[in-house]
Parts: sequence; C-alpha cells; structure tokens
Amino acid sequence: MDVLESKVRDSLDSIAQAPSIAELENLRVGLLGKSGLVTEQLKALGKLAPDERKIAGERVNRVKESLQDAISARRGILEEAAFSKRLAEERIDVTLPGRDADLGGVHPVTRALERITDIFQRLGYRVAEGPEIEDDHHNFEALNFPPHHPARAMHDTFYFPDGRLLRTHTSPVQIRSMVGHAPPIRVIAPGKVYRSDSDQTHTPMFHQVEGLLVDETSSFADLKGTLAEFVRAFFERDFEMRFRPSYFPFTEPSAEVDIRWDQDDGSERWLEVLGCGMVHPNVLRNCGIDPERYTGFAFGLGVERFAMLRYGVKDLRQFFENDLRFLKQFA
Amino acid sequence: MKFSENWLRELVNPNVDRAELCHRLTMAGLEVEGVEPLGAGLGGIVVGEIVECEKHPNADKLRVCKVSTGAGEFVQIVCGAPNARAGLKAPLATIGAALPNGLVIKQAQLRGVDSFGMLCSAKEIGVDADASGLMELPADAPTGAPLAAYLALPDASIELKMTPNRPDCLGLVGLAYDVAALFGAPLAEPPHDPVASTVDTRRDIRLEAGADCPRYLGRVIEGVDPGAPSPLWLAERLRRAGLRPISAVVDVTNYVMLELGQPMHAFDHDTLDGTIVVRRARDGEALKLLDDSERTLDGGFLVIADDARAVALGGVMGGYETRVTDASTNIFLECAHFSPPAIMGRARKLGMHTDASHRYERGVDPELPRAAVERATALLLAIVGGKAGPIVEAVLPEHLPQRRAVNLRRDRLARVLGMHVPDAEVARILAALGMHVATTADGWQATPPSRRFDIEIEEDLIEEVVRVHGYDRVPTRAPSGELKLGLPPEANVPATRARAQLAARGYYEAVCYSFVARECLDRWSRADGAIALANPLSADLAVMRTSLLPGLVEALKHNLNRQQDRVRLFETARVFAKPASASREDWPVETRRIAAVACGRAAPENWSADKRTVDYYDIKADLETLLALAGPGRSIEFLPLDRPDFHPGRSARIAIDGEPVGVVGGLHPRLLKALDLDVDVYAFEVDLDRALAGRLPAAAELSRYPSVRRDIAMVLPQEVTWGQVESVLRASVGEVLSERVVFDQYAGAGLGSGLKSLAIGLILQDSYRTLTDQDADRCVGLAVAALERECGGKLRG
Repeated sequence: MDVLESKVRDSLDSIAQAPSIAELENLRVGLLGKSGLVTEQLKALGKLAPDERKIAGERVNRVKESLQDAISARRGILEEAAFSKRLAEERIDVTLPGRDADLGGVHPVTRALERITDIFQRLGYRVAEGPEIEDDHHNFEALNFPPHHPARAMHDTFYFPDGRLLRTHTSPVQIRSMVGHAPPIRVIAPGKVYRSDSDQTHTPMFHQVEGLLVDETSSFADLKGTLAEFVRAFFERDFEMRFRPSYFPFTEPSAEVDIRWDQDDGSERWLEVLGCGMVHPNVLRNCGIDPERYTGFAFGLGVERFAMLRYGVKDLRQFFENDLRFLKQFA
Repeated sequence: MKFSENWLRELVNPNVDRAELCHRLTMAGLEVEGVEPLGAGLGGIVVGEIVECEKHPNADKLRVCKVSTGAGEFVQIVCGAPNARAGLKAPLATIGAALPNGLVIKQAQLRGVDSFGMLCSAKEIGVDADASGLMELPADAPTGAPLAAYLALPDASIELKMTPNRPDCLGLVGLAYDVAALFGAPLAEPPHDPVASTVDTRRDIRLEAGADCPRYLGRVIEGVDPGAPSPLWLAERLRRAGLRPISAVVDVTNYVMLELGQPMHAFDHDTLDGTIVVRRARDGEALKLLDDSERTLDGGFLVIADDARAVALGGVMGGYETRVTDASTNIFLECAHFSPPAIMGRARKLGMHTDASHRYERGVDPELPRAAVERATALLLAIVGGKAGPIVEAVLPEHLPQRRAVNLRRDRLARVLGMHVPDAEVARILAALGMHVATTADGWQATPPSRRFDIEIEEDLIEEVVRVHGYDRVPTRAPSGELKLGLPPEANVPATRARAQLAARGYYEAVCYSFVARECLDRWSRADGAIALANPLSADLAVMRTSLLPGLVEALKHNLNRQQDRVRLFETARVFAKPASASREDWPVETRRIAAVACGRAAPENWSADKRTVDYYDIKADLETLLALAGPGRSIEFLPLDRPDFHPGRSARIAIDGEPVGVVGGLHPRLLKALDLDVDVYAFEVDLDRALAGRLPAAAELSRYPSVRRDIAMVLPQEVTWGQVESVLRASVGEVLSERVVFDQYAGAGLGSGLKSLAIGLILQDSYRTLTDQDADRCVGLAVAALERECGGKLRG
C-alpha cells in the first residue's frame, strides 16, 4: 500500500468523524483545496510520462471522488443534526395563552334583538324607528285608546310636564310607519319602551319589537303563519303553539300567542310570548289607509322574555346590572 | 274576576270537567289565571256539635269536648282551639278521615285523655286561610250531616284575567252566556221576578246629569233585622269569589253584583234627606266615603246627593254618613246606569279602584238595574226580613245607550280570517251570544244584546265568530304579497357592525336605564337641557340622560367593586335634550350615541404582555377602528377639548368633515374623585349616526410607479401637535406625499427643555412617473422648510 492510499484512508476516517461543519471544511481544504493533498497529486501528474499519467490520473480522480462523496455525506449528517438542535432549542410551551386574546361581546338583549330583526328582515320587513319620547296621540289615541280608557291603566306611563310621555310600547311606530306611506308595508320596530313599574319581574325600561304588515291580502291565517315560522326560527325547534283570543285596542281580532315550554322540573306549561292581531280599522283610518281596500296585522313581543327563554336567564333584573360575570356568558 | 265554579255550574253546566271548562274559557279569550280547588276529599268530615266542653285535667290550653255526631251518638274530642265551647257547631273529622293536607285522623291520647277525631279550622278543611280557631258553622247546620254536601263542596275558586272589553263577563250570568255559547249548554238565569211592595214608603229621584246617568232606581225596605247574619251559602259564595262577608245587607248587594255584574248600593234610609239627585259634583264639594277617606271633588265627578249634600260618589263608592250600619233598620236600595265615559278615570284620579268603578268604566248593561233591585229585594226579604216599598225609577230614555245593528259580510269575514266559516256556524254563534240575527244579501245583520258594549263594528262580529269558532281552527299560512325591500343606505354602517367592532376590541355591551338622578348629571356638568319626568319612580331615575357616560361609569364601578380590575364597557342608546323652543311643534331631541369606558390594564393580564394601564392612545385606537368602519375619505380631526368632566390635557373633541361628532379622553381627576373612583378611566362618546355615516367606496386607479420613502427627524417645540405637523406636511409637499407616519417621539436628554423630536417617515409617490432622488430631496426640503417656518422646528443633526 502506497503513501497516498494510507493518507486517503486516514482522511476518510477523519471525515467520518468530523465533529462540526467547520472541522469538515478544514479537512476539505486540506484535501481538495488549492494546496491540498489531492490537488498536489493532480498537479504532479504533469510530470509523469503519458502512459503513467493516464493510470495515475484515473487513480487520483477516484480518490478525489471518494473524498468528495464522504465529505458531502458527512456534511448532510452534520447539517441535519444542527437543524434538529435548532428546532429543539426553539421549542416553546404551546399551552401558554396567546397574547391579547381579548374579545368582548354584545349584550344578551341585543343578541336576541339582532336575531329577531334578522329573521324578519329575511321575510322582507324593513326596520323602522320612532322617538322614545312620544305624545299621547301616537302612543294611545291613534292606536284607538280613548282618553281615560281602562286599557290605558294597564300601561303605567311615565309622563313629562308638557304632557308628552315615554312610549309604553313600540306600537306608535306602527302609526309613524303608516302615515304618509302607501301599502304594501312590512315593518318591524325594535326599541326601548318604558313603564312605571319595578319589581322582580318588571323593570321600568325594557325592549320590544313591533311588527306590522299591511297589504291587500293579509289575513289572520297569514298572521298565524308568520308568527309560527318566526317562533320556530328563533328557537330553532318546533313548539306546540296556541293563539288565544285577547284584547288590544289597536287590533281586532286580537290574540296572545302561547308556546308549550318545558319547565326546570320536567313539567310543561303554556308561556305567553307574543301579542298580536289584525290591525283595527280605526287605526288604519287614523293613518289615512282605507280599511276596505287594505288589511293588515301587527304583533309585539318583549325582547327580554325571548332572551330569558333562549339563554336560560332566570332573573330579569340581571339584564340591567351590567355585571361582567353575567355579560361574559353571552360573548 | 274570581268566582265559585259550583255557582257558575248552577247557571250553566256543560258536561265537561274542570280542566276542560278552564281550557275552553281561556281559548275563548276569558283567560283562566288561577284555579284553587276547595274542599276536595272531605269524606269522613261531618257537622259536629259541641255539647259539653270541659277543661283538660292535665293541660291548661286543651279542652275535652263531648261532640254530637247526630242521631244520639257522641264522641270525645280533645281540642286546643280557643273558640271551642258548648253549643258551637264545627267540622268534625272522624276516625279514618283524611284531611286535604294529607293528615289521616286516628284515635289518639292527648295528655292522658282519649280523643276520637278532630275538630277543624277552615284552613284544615281547605276552604279558607283562617286557622285562628275552629270554623264556626251556623247554628242551623244539620248535626252529623256530611260537611262537603252541607258546604256545597268540593268546589273551586276560578280566577279570570279579564280584558277591558268584556265587562259583561264581570258577572256570573254574563259569563254563563259565553259558556252556554261555547258548549251549546242551556242557561238557567237566576230569578228576578218583581217583588210586590207591601208598604208605600218611597223616595223621589231626580236625574240632573243627562247622558252621564240616564237611569236610576231605588226602593225603600223598612224594618229589616240589622243583626241577621248572611246565610252560609251566600257567605261561602262571596268568600270563594274573594270577598269577605260583612253584613247581610252589604253581602246581598255584593252577591247581586257578582251574579249579574251590576254594582248596587244600600243607604241607611233614615240618614237621607229628601229627594235623591244625580248630578255633577260642585267644585270643592267635600264627601267622606265608606273607606273613611275625605274627598274634595270637582265638576268632573258625578255624585248622588240628597236635598242637603252629596251622599255617594257616583259609580265609585257610597258615602260614610249614609252607610248601612248594624243599627240600620230602614234601607234605601239603589241601582243606576252610568255611561262609561262619565266614570272612566275618576276613581284612578283619586287613587282608588273599586268593584263598582271597575265595572262602570267598562260598561254595565243598562237593562240590568231593575233586575238587580228585584233580585236583591227578594234575597234581603228572605234574609233580613222587612217590608219593601215600590221601586221608583227615573229614566232619560233618549240617553240610554242603544245597541245598533251591525252588518257582517260573508266575504269580509273570509278575507280577514283567511278561512271560510260555514254560514250556519256563523249564525249559530251570533245567536248563541244573545244577538238578534237576520240574514242579508251578502251576510248577516246582528243586533247585540244590551250587555255587549264591545260590539259596534263589523270587526267586532268577526272577532266574536272566530273566538267561539276557535282560533285554533284558523289555518296557518305564509303571507304572499308584493314584496318591497326597504334596506338602509349601504354607506351607513349598521349599528350591529359597530357593536361587533367594539366587542372585537374587548368591550362588553352594557344596557343602562335611560333615566338617571339629576345629581348624577350635575356631577358630570351635563344637566343643562336635561328633561325631567313628571312622575319618576324615584329620584335616582328622574331625568332623561344627556350622555351615556354616567351610566357606563356607574356600571364600571359596579364591576370594580366585584373584583374586576380591568373593565371595558360600551353602550349604544339614545340621549335626550330639551326641544329648541317651548313650542308644541318642537320635539325633544333624541340622538343615538355610542360610548365606551375603559380602566385597568391596557391588555388582559398575561405572562408576556405589556403590563401598563390603559391610556389615551389605547381608547383612541378603539375609537379610530370604529370610525374606520365608515371607510376612508373623511377628514377626522382631534381638536382641543374644554369640558369640566374630561382631563384638559388628555382629551379631544372629534370633528368629522368639520362636524362635531363627540369626545374622547381621560375623565377629569376631579370627577373621578367625586365619583369615588381611584383608577384612571378613559372614555369616548360619539354621535352614532354621524360617526358611521360613510361614503360608498370609489376605487381610484393604482399608481404604476414605485413609492419612495424618506425619513426625517425634526426637533419641535413640545406644544406643536402631530396634527399640526401633519397638516403642514400635507400643505407643503402636496399630493405627492401619499402617506406620512410618525415612528418615534422623544423628549429628554440631548434636547433642550420644552423640545421634542419626532421621527417622521414621508412616503412619496406620483401617479405619472417614477420619482427621482432629486424629486425626493426637493420634497424633503419643502417639508423641512415648512416645519421650520410654521412650527419652529429644526432638522435634527
């Protein structure tokens, strides 16, 4: 075995054991660099006789290739190890919470209200608003409540010194939506209403949604269909439902809508969720609409009641305490 | 209205059980609000008579009674009731009987004495709440008879939630008409045959109130026994209707009111002076009422008067001076028809509500008074004795309400209901409700009975038909019709998005009351132009809010007091201000606002995040993202703010395109102190509609040429704001300046006092060509020169 072969063997061992990329690079320069072992051998070829040169050339090239292969193999191993090391060093605790993961939320009453509004908008209803400070005409008189009528006593009304009042229901928006607007009309009016009453089941301010449809064909059957579909859509389930005769001065026939609701104790009972009826001809007339040509229906619902049923809120007053521990449940 | 089921069934007795009866009533618009079963399961309980009552040998409070169970049989009962005494008749539960509360009676020994049953209180047998002693049965109660049969039990108190349009059902007979119509059952009206007079004593009546009281009649009954008690059956019926028996005369008038729905009154005849006059009260006229209250009246009230004074408040309550007492032997029984508008609101005006006013203001059958007087007379003569005089009636026939015939068109009925009701059924229903029905070419003509004040137009008849036919038989159908979409303008950002945006920034929505305490607004210096309620619930809820912030800060405080130290809340609602003038034409001004408050850490507590507390730039950013919803292209300025409730150096008023929109900043330390808050609170409040009124996007062509950025550092006096710098840059460089950013701000060592350094990036771009270095240098030169000239700035070396 000549000197070259023994040097090559030693070199291959060194390459295989090179501990780092820098060390490997030193070896490469020592072997294949400008004045490296193999380069020197190649330079020396010129001094040989042509026939010897061919044999020696082939040999040196073989050595060169084997060294190059060994170096590149070793480089691959070392790089892979370095990469693994880096990845290991970059490991973090992925269970720590993210930064600024800060989400608030809308109030449950708003949530229910937006849902109700959304359902009716899909049915082609326009959203209308009216003032919260109303006058007697819009809140009562135009809605067919005569002065001093006992039906007024059922609305505990907040008054202002000038005789105006805080609307006791969203029904005045019916009047505002009909005066000066020719049918067909499909309107809902969500908003705050006020009654002078405060106890466990009443707050002096609450929210209602009023609905009104006036056209040339609407009937009590359409009213039933609309509300049945609405209740089903809102609660995302079918209910046993009943329309029960009732009385509102501004509708006739009038009805209250009850749904069959599961109680906590497993029993069921009827729960009143909506008031409704065919728009009273006097109301249409008060708004300049001919009741012979047009018929309409109207309905009203308490948003808090819907929110309580939908989200399992037990105490009405919680809606107005604005306690974050309560509000955070609805985000 | 509350009534005894057995009483109703005496008038009309459909072949259905209680549950079905109640269900059908509810489904006919006579909503059953409560059912209280009475005296169910009273087997083994009999009328017992205490014949001997001795003190218990071993107990002070117990007595040993010998109780007769009739037919010569006696049992020994040990009893602790205070009213146990010889001669008393009381319910006796015999051995083996089960009381309604589940107690089974067994033979027992009490303190060494045997007891073979139990004498009971009204509560123990489930007919009343009274548990104070034994239930005292009348002396004529048949000893040994089963108690249930004797008391007409079992029964139930049924309570109806009556709507104001059905006063005719505020009496059992009126209700019975509806039940008869619902079930097709026969009706047996109570007797009201004329009672012949046996004395001639009479009292004249004069009507001076026209249409307010077109009918009044009365009769004298002489020589009644004021001490005679009401019979048990009558007292029980009153009790089951929720009325306390008082005295036989009063009980009879109440009984007739419950039965017929006609309020009536009895005066002590001997206290009246001359003729009865029905007239308007005189202004300032005083009257002491039965409830012992002194009232001062005015011309809006009706009174019943005699020659000397007012003796009753018409349609509301009798007078105190002329009331029937336990010494009255001659009575004047009276009954009237009042027109509802003459009574409506009168009791309420006095803070009163009586059974009479409740009925009269809704409307009582004008044909009832005579029947009521005859019925009451017959009952009184039977109970308290005496001799009846003739009925004296005053009537103004031209003012009596007339029920007009109402047409019902077949087509209209079908159109309103969306269904066809068979002709025969329509006619049957109307007739069963007591209407006189004739057929017409296109339907029916129905004349309602005099008790139905609520039937005046075609819709009233439609409602009657469908109410009795059944709402549940109306089909359920989806409306079809012309559809017009009424969408809000796209450029206006819906409030929904604004709320979602603030929620995304960590705010929770609050809902506060629209009314606050005046002191609260004063503390915020926001009471100017606030509108006060005339009848607030309390001083804390007395004034309409002029800002959302006081309520939000209250809510913030509520949460700080509950271990929440980082609070972010917002609200969208209206605020209210007085109208521009006192003219009736001018309405109060309602403005939709959106407001937010924040305190505590800028970011939620976290292992890595910034631990600083929220500051002006945090809440400003929250507001800016909100305003950005409306899109680019608006000029939004933050200008100096001078308000007593905001920190003068850390707040701004906001103008959009020159219009004032709201405020943002830290609350004034003095306000925080007054509110007892020891944290800094940042807030904004803006006009929702203006803040979210955007423009439709109008896409511009994108420049095809690259932009160039040049950074400069300018030393400027402290008081020069970025807003000023920005507008100087914009004006001096012109349109080529496509963007400008401030990427650092520094004050302190190395700079003179009163100076700051701003690091500004100028992004330059032209739409028509690539900018050269020389172009960029020229722009920077313009900017620096302008800042030196107009802001006293200097390029930092």
